[in-house]
Amino acid sequence: MTAYIIRRIIYVLPILAGVNLLVFALFFLVNTPDDMARQALGDKASDPVQIERWKEAHGYHQPHFFNPGEKGLKRLTGTIFFQKNLPMFWGDFGFSDMTLEPIGREIRKRIGPSLCLTLPIFLATLLTNIIIAMLLAARRGTTLDRLAQLFCVLLMSVSALIYIIAGQFFIAKTLRLVPVSGFLTGPAMLKFLILPIAVGIACGLGSGIRFYRTLFLEEINRDYVRTARAKGLGEGAVLFLHVLKNAMIPILTNVPIQLLMLIMGNLLLENFFSIPGLGGFTINAIASQDFAIVRAMVFLGAVLYLLGTLLADLCYSIVDPRIRLQ
Amino acid sequence: MTSLLQNWAFKNILTALLLLGLLLLIRKLARREYWRLAAREIQQKKGAVISFWMLCLYLLIALLDSFGWRSPLHNPETGEIARHPQTQKIVYDKGASTLDHLLKPLIQKREKTYSAPLAEVQFTSEAQPDEKGIIRRIHPPLQHPGSHLLGTDRVGVDVLYQSLKSIRTGMIIGLLTTLLAVPFAMFFGISAGYFGGFIDDLIQYLYTVLSSIPTVLFIAAFMIIFGQGLPQLCLAMGIASWTSLCRLLRGETMRLRETEFVQAAIALGSPGWKIIFRHIIPNVLHLILITAMLRFSSEVLSEAALTYLGIGVGADTMSWGVMINDARSELTRDPIIWWKLLAAFLFMIGLVLPANAFGDAVRDALDPRLRTQD
Repeated sequence: MTAYIIRRIIYVLPILAGVNLLVFALFFLVNTPDDMARQALGDKASDPVQIERWKEAHGYHQPHFFNPGEKGLKRLTGTIFFQKNLPMFWGDFGFSDMTLEPIGREIRKRIGPSLCLTLPIFLATLLTNIIIAMLLAARRGTTLDRLAQLFCVLLMSVSALIYIIAGQFFIAKTLRLVPVSGFLTGPAMLKFLILPIAVGIACGLGSGIRFYRTLFLEEINRDYVRTARAKGLGEGAVLFLHVLKNAMIPILTNVPIQLLMLIMGNLLLENFFSIPGLGGFTINAIASQDFAIVRAMVFLGAVLYLLGTLLADLCYSIVDPRIRLQ
Repeated sequence: MTSLLQNWAFKNILTALLLLGLLLLIRKLARREYWRLAAREIQQKKGAVISFWMLCLYLLIALLDSFGWRSPLHNPETGEIARHPQTQKIVYDKGASTLDHLLKPLIQKREKTYSAPLAEVQFTSEAQPDEKGIIRRIHPPLQHPGSHLLGTDRVGVDVLYQSLKSIRTGMIIGLLTTLLAVPFAMFFGISAGYFGGFIDDLIQYLYTVLSSIPTVLFIAAFMIIFGQGLPQLCLAMGIASWTSLCRLLRGETMRLRETEFVQAAIALGSPGWKIIFRHIIPNVLHLILITAMLRFSSEVLSEAALTYLGIGVGADTMSWGVMINDARSELTRDPIIWWKLLAAFLFMIGLVLPANAFGDAVRDALDPRLRTQD
């Protein structure tokens, strides 16, 4: 097992390095510091002195990979790659291009509100989808099942924006049940979060139910289900004891990836409901063209995803020992 | 690049080529028994047939909006064709698509600002002197009362016209993204699966790196670097989406490589490229088609979300995302302006719902293993 874990971790490292290089290529080679300075300065951009000053102030004045003006090791460390891109590996995300605030501190501050929103959505969606899909799988082929399928396709065909706008308009603005948007810490948080959570669940309902229903139906045709029926088990026992247990393996092994990605927040919901999480942070950065923050978020997202796949693989190898031997 | 895309001759040729390619593909597939059987199975489902015709209608409108021409400007006084004073060359306007020419009555019926669907008077009130010269706030009558089926927007443009123009944007996002992704996915996926070894490792590394960046963040990075716009968005979404299809094709090619007919072809000394073209590609085509069909609707939907996030097509392109984006501030007015949101919603669901339904039918017909119905 230890050997397997070590092998998996070693496998992730070159991928992380690749992501780091890709981020560097996108943000410094394709879009050079000069471009960034010009965009940030706007109409003052025609003055080369201003551009140099902006680059100096934001630490973009050094060469990309190799600094011939320095001596010894400084030739390598005195570069944009070493100062701006490499430190992201140990969680040092540098400073915002616009406000010069440290990005790492902002990220740590915003993870909490993001998780307050995304974690309940994730758990509630998982639970509702599985329960409804199970009930539909039990009544497969009936009119109810067909109607539900049709309804799911209909739900899937509506943009998430429509759910959010409609929810905000009818529930918050017309019925005045909850505040339209905002965020507070402590118990008052619930009042602000209940609508975004409900909307978040509604967004994932259509595709989720269909996905799990297909998963359960695939399982229902297996041999062990026939055996369970043959020994006289009722349909309920077959579905909930045998089918669910086996179908949960692919579902639960994917949970680590999804759990870690929850940290990144939900862009649309956080923006509409003014929740100060990482999703809103990303959107603000996009709107103000803050390349440093977008760069940090891209790298953070990739790191979390890779960490998630690593954990998922470990979970899978615990559930299914055959994997380890390959 | 952008100036080339604004050139009508170039656009017309490009659209014609795409259309020709599509027709050739359909003709080629229609010769094979497997595809004919699948088509027959789809025809037996009423919902799928209705969806198909609905999609055809949208495609027709998008095509009408893609072919266009420039017409010469006329002198408003004499009615003669305007010529450049020095060179005597005919002066042309910016050009308009066939759809624009067909909808000319709708375009010319501009109002000043908001008006409700089929309304007779303007939505907002204005201070105007009445007959006695007293200034009152009234809703002035529209210039074209009752002629706007879905009302007009802030600058008085017909909402129905905007919705119809948005169809092309939606179709381009749904089709072009896949069209850009498929060649890459096919090339890399099939070579990785067929040749294995070092090539396989390299390609796997490439797509693992790309796919580990969350899609939205990748598109965000791409769009703030290259700017908003329809071509950029298609490219960004294409790059972000080829990896999953590549993985799928790699797996399927690896499986096919071990089948007896491919092994026999290898034993008979067929060259690799010939095996790929004759035996592998025809046997993975259905996977590509299923993926493209199922992805189409989600791509149309994500355009709206991305445009709202500021990483979409930009405000100068007409799209449902831009319309929904505008509607957000319109809903905060009192009384609310609901028709733009409703129009975008209806036109969007009119495309996405049939695409979903038809995609399901195609998947069921092509791949019985993936059946959704028991």
